[in-house]
Amino acid sequence: MSWDWQVFFQDTGGGQTYLHWMMSAWGWTLLVSACSLVVALSVGSLMGILRTTPVKAFVWIGNAWTELFRNIPLLVQIFLWYHVIPSIWKPLQGVPDFVAVVIALGFFTSARIAEQVKAGIQALPKGQRYAGLAVGLTLPQTYRYVLLPMAYRIVIPPLTSESMNIIKNSSVAFAVSISELTFFAMQAQEETSRGVEIYLAVTGLYFVSAFAVNRVALFIENRVRVPGMIGGGR
Amino acid sequence: MKFLPKTGFVLVAACFALTALAQDVTGTLKKVKDSGTITLGARESSGALAYTLGDGKYVGFHTEMSEKIAADIQRQLKMPKLDVKFQPVTSQNRIPLVQNGTVDLECGSTTNNAARQKDVAFAMTTYVEEGRIVVKANSPIKGIADLNGKTVATTTGTTSVQTLRKNKRAANMEFKEVFGKDHADSFLLLESGRADAFVMDGQILAGLVSKSKNPADYKILGELLSVEPISCMMRKDDPAFKKAVDSSIQAMVKSGDLAKMYDKWFVQAIPPSNTKVGLPLSDATKNAWNNPNDKPMEEYAVQ
Repeated sequence: MSWDWQVFFQDTGGGQTYLHWMMSAWGWTLLVSACSLVVALSVGSLMGILRTTPVKAFVWIGNAWTELFRNIPLLVQIFLWYHVIPSIWKPLQGVPDFVAVVIALGFFTSARIAEQVKAGIQALPKGQRYAGLAVGLTLPQTYRYVLLPMAYRIVIPPLTSESMNIIKNSSVAFAVSISELTFFAMQAQEETSRGVEIYLAVTGLYFVSAFAVNRVALFIENRVRVPGMIGGGR
Repeated sequence: MKFLPKTGFVLVAACFALTALAQDVTGTLKKVKDSGTITLGARESSGALAYTLGDGKYVGFHTEMSEKIAADIQRQLKMPKLDVKFQPVTSQNRIPLVQNGTVDLECGSTTNNAARQKDVAFAMTTYVEEGRIVVKANSPIKGIADLNGKTVATTTGTTSVQTLRKNKRAANMEFKEVFGKDHADSFLLLESGRADAFVMDGQILAGLVSKSKNPADYKILGELLSVEPISCMMRKDDPAFKKAVDSSIQAMVKSGDLAKMYDKWFVQAIPPSNTKVGLPLSDATKNAWNNPNDKPMEEYAVQ
């Protein structure tokens, strides 16, 4: 087949080129991913911590949250937030599509992050928790100054994977009308009939985005490493 | 696909090598004659034009027409037996599959436009698709001008998105676009009130309305957004095959078979749900039948 990269300089009929459109679509992909990651990290950390506390009710809430959002497919969750919940609870109908996607993707990923944070905390020797409490720290202080600083260092690698996954998973946002990269690819290839060029370019942008996250995470991992601790002996 | 790509290449190469020797048939006709098979491209959900009933059964106005064309080609080539195969295609892969010889003739819902004519050839236009607007029956929207400030739904991966964009710029309007991932999803946006209007090909809208819970709740507006000729697609630079296809269609127009086929798929109740699309033959389509041509979309004007 013959290549036709000029396709990116064609006018879309709306006063911009396909290249412009693809860049704006990339922006949407990154924005959806970044917002979802913030939601996922904060909610996921909270739920993960709750699951390791000695309070039974908290453990139950954390477990229920994790199982609920881990056991429903992502696309189904997006439709639940977009179509089903607003039709049951009317005031939610005014919620923008973007917020629905961020909530769906954020909560879905939070269940996975909760699992990892829990694993990180449980990987620490039990003695650390008792030592913290024994020197007179309250439970929140023990978490803040003793457990979490080490637990987060341990789970940086799986958290990196989740952050990269969020970029790739953001492609389901096309289903609820966010004009991100996958949406652009489906639409532009139909309009221009140059599917191969369009999909190659979009593939490249996804790769670059996910790889950039990987590099940033590696940098953070190296910066916060504590010599002599888990993962620090390099 | 039993036909291995490698075999395909060999056959295509053989076609070229033997063109000089065999004076009677060339190109696709020769390929069909030598292999004893013809592969028709079929769509899985292009409204009543071409769709599947599942289980490898492909039906619809254009699908049935392509079967008739294959039968006519068998007669023309005086073949005792012709194996007709269906290859499901999507809007993403239909052009490459026709170009590389996997599919010989694709009759679905492909718009004949100037960009595609660079890659493939089209048979005479057999259906003229009109881009329309559907709204709730009690909606104040009466035409394109009323869309200003409203939310308009359409389906991702269709030319309607581009049509909408062009209209928006031409009329200097502001409206919010929402995109369903398929036609049923877009219709749900209208049904649930997330969108005030849904813009799509007329026959698809007619089909969706007829299958909805209460068809009287919706109305399809008279104003047209676009006019697109739909025709069968085949390999470029194969005049003998194009002539065979075109003359087969013209014979169907003359005998009234094409009109009967149209009636069967667009006016009568059709499987699997036995509902009617309810879209009588339009003047534009009738005109295309009576004046056989393969003009691209760009030469059609929106009235």
